[in-house]
Amino acid sequence: MPTVARDPFRFWTRLTLTKLTGRRAADLAELVEHLRTMPPSVVFHHTHHFLVQHQHLSPEPPNDFAFWVSNVLQEEQLGERLAAIDTIQFGSLHELRDRIVGVIDQYLEHRKELRTAPVGEEFHFMDAASFTLPTQHHARTLEEFADALRHVGSATIAYHLFEARLRVGGDDNDFSRWLEHELDESDLARAIRRLDPYTHTMEGLRQRLLLLIERRTASGVEARP
Amino acid sequence: MTGGLDAYAPFVGTGTIEEIRLLGDRLRGRRVQNINSTAVGGGVAEILNRLIPLLREVGVDARWDVMKGGDEFFAVTKAIHNGLHGQAVTLGEHDVEVFRETTEQNLRSLSLCDDIVFIHDPQPAGLILKRPPGSHWIWRCHIDLSGPAPSVWDFVRSWVERYDAAVFSAPQFARALPLDQVLISPSIDPLADKNRELDARTIETVVTGLGIDPSRPLVTQVSRFDRLKDPLGVIEAFRLAHQYNDAQLLLVGGSATDDPEGREVLAECRERAAGDPDIHVVELPPTANVEINAIQRASTVILQKSLREGFGLTVSEALWKAKPVIAGAVGGIPLQITHKYSGILTHTVEGTAYWIKQLLNAPEFARRLGENGREHVRQNFLLTRHLRDYMLLFLYLGHLGQNLIALDGRPNGGA
Repeated sequence: MPTVARDPFRFWTRLTLTKLTGRRAADLAELVEHLRTMPPSVVFHHTHHFLVQHQHLSPEPPNDFAFWVSNVLQEEQLGERLAAIDTIQFGSLHELRDRIVGVIDQYLEHRKELRTAPVGEEFHFMDAASFTLPTQHHARTLEEFADALRHVGSATIAYHLFEARLRVGGDDNDFSRWLEHELDESDLARAIRRLDPYTHTMEGLRQRLLLLIERRTASGVEARP
Repeated sequence: MTGGLDAYAPFVGTGTIEEIRLLGDRLRGRRVQNINSTAVGGGVAEILNRLIPLLREVGVDARWDVMKGGDEFFAVTKAIHNGLHGQAVTLGEHDVEVFRETTEQNLRSLSLCDDIVFIHDPQPAGLILKRPPGSHWIWRCHIDLSGPAPSVWDFVRSWVERYDAAVFSAPQFARALPLDQVLISPSIDPLADKNRELDARTIETVVTGLGIDPSRPLVTQVSRFDRLKDPLGVIEAFRLAHQYNDAQLLLVGGSATDDPEGREVLAECRERAAGDPDIHVVELPPTANVEINAIQRASTVILQKSLREGFGLTVSEALWKAKPVIAGAVGGIPLQITHKYSGILTHTVEGTAYWIKQLLNAPEFARRLGENGREHVRQNFLLTRHLRDYMLLFLYLGHLGQNLIALDGRPNGGA
């Protein structure tokens, strides 16, 4: 008999409406000055929106800051450093913002002249209103969980893996937490926790999650007498 | 031509359709009155014609009214339009009077909704003068507002400041305004004649009919004969690339008979192309949607070398056909193309020539750009995304200024 959760996993989705702040930067000094005072939701937008908007691209473009610095300002060394910031290691958006600001500040200390973006290619700071709502998918067993995972939209996966962890201040992802607490699947939960979701496309991530579940199911069957 | 919402599932997946229906459940019965200034012709009417039936299908009580005005009013609003686009226009006292009078006449005949009123572009902006209590008002700007004539913008702003939210097509169009501003890009309809799949025979018939050799590479720009689309720059770039590469160029645009400047630009293009059998300049009627579709599908590389652009939806049309696109980095084009990932952004004739050569000679890279471009359009520029964003905006009116909005209580995170 499969383990049945007392509290089912309800799959939610997160839909965003992009808001315009009207603030823009034409060079690195302006970028970093604006960044110091931007709310965390702006940092979240510019470091995460491409995960859903460019989910098919492989390799994925880096975060908006790195992309603009490399491609518009053509400050490739700094762009590379910003692209290499390991988003997953930050537990809050404040920490992530401080790291981005720190990397730019450090670069500016040694840079005498600033390049200016061509007219029309300034960096535009954007924000997002994020709507969360339940989908019709839910699961009580590992099998039902895998089945729902095959059908939910990619925004649902992004929501449970990225947004819940980083934007609303949680320290874990929803999938791992539920699998551990409700189905006693500690190993599987740990394996999902170890995934770096930033290095996969959303579809790739879905396939990776399904593979981990399949392996767990197969090992579970083999282990039985 | 188009089906209901489920007809879009093969393009965007059932998950997206399901999300739209979930939003519809939360907007069921809400009344949304769209008001613009023309029932036919133009991008706004085209968008409303497609979106209103879909909004109604998912439960939103959407309607569409058209404001009325005489020639004098539309002459004033044309001047406002040009001024917002950056032309040096000033409005006189009489112009302001004409605008106010027509607004008041419309207020006497229009029955304004007391729920959500969605005003499109500057012409009906003054209707907010009689805002019913409790209603929410949105101003949707379809115009490039990056450098408006100050006095014209001051006039329009005096109305817009009274709204709850303003919607723009590109981030650089946002202005300093004391209200929420959101980014909602326009969209293409994958079921429309201009974008639907075509069989190989139709494509070949159309292009051979225009004198194009379907066995040779074809570089195309589809756009009005307008200096801001830089058709002469396209010819120059093509000639630079053509020196060492076999290719044909097709410049195709709508009929320019009613537009004196368009006629002039078309004549210049023909003169510049004269004597070169590999450069084709073609004028097509505005109804030639299947022909444009076939031309885009027959092309090897598609250009949109605009110098200024509102949004530039022809880029999304081309990307949807998985074509590699080289386009000017202006207006809404950078939203549609991420340089070297889903297309190429250029700033000069020489840069455009360089990339034409690269893409003609690196078909595998060109194919990858096109495929990435198509996926980017699938995620971001199809009609269903447009519909979803409008529905989110309607919901947002109940949560102005908020960033985290939980519909149906708070998620438990599954635990």
